[in-house]
Amino acid sequence: MDKAFIQRRRRDLVLAAFLAAIAAVVPFFVKDVYVQNIMVLTLMYAALSQSWNILSGYCGQISLGHALYFGLGAYTTAILFTKFGVLPWFGMLAGGLISALIAMALGYPCFRLGGHYFVIATIVIAEITLLLFQNWDWAGAALGIDIPVRRDSWLTFQFTRSKLPYFYFALVLACVAWFVTWWLEDSKWGYWWRAVKDNPVAAESLGVDVFNSKMGAAAVSAFLVAIGGSFYAQFVSYIDPESVMGFQFSLLMALPAVLGGIGTLWGPMLGAVILIPLTELTRSFIGGSGRGVDLIVYGGLIVAISLARPQGLVSLFSRKPKPAVQPAREAVAS
Amino acid sequence: MTAETIIQSLASGLLMGLLYGLIAVGLALIFGLMDVVNFAHGEFLMIAMYATFFLFAYFALDPLLSAPIVAAALFVFGAVVYLLIVRFAVRAKANTGMVQIFSTFGLAVLMRGVAQYFFTPDYRSIPHSWLGGKTISIAGIYLPQPQLVGALIAIAAFAGLYFFIHRTDFGRALEATREDAGAVALVGIDKNKVFALGWGLGAALVGLAGAVMAIFFYVFPDVGASFATIAYVTVALGGFGSVFGAFAGGIVVGLVEAITTLILPPSLKTVGIYGVYLLVVFIRPRGLFGSI
Repeated sequence: MDKAFIQRRRRDLVLAAFLAAIAAVVPFFVKDVYVQNIMVLTLMYAALSQSWNILSGYCGQISLGHALYFGLGAYTTAILFTKFGVLPWFGMLAGGLISALIAMALGYPCFRLGGHYFVIATIVIAEITLLLFQNWDWAGAALGIDIPVRRDSWLTFQFTRSKLPYFYFALVLACVAWFVTWWLEDSKWGYWWRAVKDNPVAAESLGVDVFNSKMGAAAVSAFLVAIGGSFYAQFVSYIDPESVMGFQFSLLMALPAVLGGIGTLWGPMLGAVILIPLTELTRSFIGGSGRGVDLIVYGGLIVAISLARPQGLVSLFSRKPKPAVQPAREAVAS
Repeated sequence: MTAETIIQSLASGLLMGLLYGLIAVGLALIFGLMDVVNFAHGEFLMIAMYATFFLFAYFALDPLLSAPIVAAALFVFGAVVYLLIVRFAVRAKANTGMVQIFSTFGLAVLMRGVAQYFFTPDYRSIPHSWLGGKTISIAGIYLPQPQLVGALIAIAAFAGLYFFIHRTDFGRALEATREDAGAVALVGIDKNKVFALGWGLGAALVGLAGAVMAIFFYVFPDVGASFATIAYVTVALGGFGSVFGAFAGGIVVGLVEAITTLILPPSLKTVGIYGVYLLVVFIRPRGLFGSI
């Protein structure tokens, strides 16, 4: 274990704690509900993108169907709550476990597919589930589920008077997703994933269990995304298939990581902090006319950034490492 | 369900399938040439449909007459997209795959926004054209004329493409570039020119499809999205890198869609297509005719 790497990890952890502490006090100064709403969404997307990044960034299995797990989390919580009166906390856990199991079940056939075949399979599977939910009357079909407000409390995870509890939950979620990534980065799994991403054949020959490491990444990733979905259901208290399982959502989840830097620890966070406020602001200031200017700005930005910074914006912050100190594993990760 | 209804829907499925194939073949061509999936393919279709619509609205040009014009315009558009965006995306040193996906996807969002800005989200349609709303009866089977002509155009386009790839100098350059882009530079072929022409050709093909589809389908900014997913599935089903696969994939997709509509409610018609895609790649991970 070389010193520079340990130092970097320690520095990352301190920086994360520092940033989280700052984020935690921000709502005391920003009382505007609209801005608070954007902050909640930013943290949620940061958490989602961080989770997506585990499978697609670190392990290199690009999924454009992660809305499936988000939707499953949202639906599990909503159905358990409205039909059986199960508290969202249990619904959240159930949604996470169901999603992780389904991710592994789908992994069996899908992880044999390479490149674009895999990407399209993830899109198609999410679309099939979306269509089934749209036609499933018991689950509210295309109209979706209205989550009735019982009372404001942490027990029911419902807050009508203030956005703050949602903010803090989203903050914790983002921290957890970040910490899980940080922790896995230096675990056996982390090394396996990067090896699989780089060259699966070489990894296999060196004794990496390629299939199981993909399965592990899928399960962790899906579990965390589903928690995000559960949170979203409680936050907006209304879900329908298109809004939680649509293809757009899969992309929205991936974009912060792509913008910030795929397969990096800070990329998704940085991407979300830039992209989500930008999306929300363009939508409300110039998108209100319904004339698509927000789409023009948004689309143009995606093109510009992906062409200008293929490594993601996070690369702006990393100094050019001296070749002698640069450990091999960092070269793999970047 | 009588035998007649089954034959009837299989026949319309076949016609629709050839059109799906025509939409997909441009995608397959570009992929085969340079390993890039154009995630704005549906939006190429969308602007082709708008172009057809406006040529009709302002110049009273029937879609059949405007099809060559639209195809030519899309050819230019495709080449420009390559030169302005894709050329740089494939050059990216890091995350090349992601850069391709997201630069073309960003282009799709941008194009949808532009369409919404200039044309509003309203649904438009071509109210009267030579073929619109007409059917033809062959041996008791009723076939809608727009789809029938679309299928014939698709077959002609496939034949033309086949001829083009195998019989012309540019086609040979295309094949050579696809085999080994590095080596062709040594024999004096400009790789960029070949790629740009490939993108133009791919866009022209989807332009042709758009002109035909404008006869019988509503035109609106999001129209491309649903057809694009079907086009990706069609290409993957046939096997990435195989133009013939896209043709065959289109027919399979059209037939599967027709059969699904017989069994399941109309809102689930694409489930059959997606299901068959999964079934095929799970058994044969390279698609039906794919080599990679």
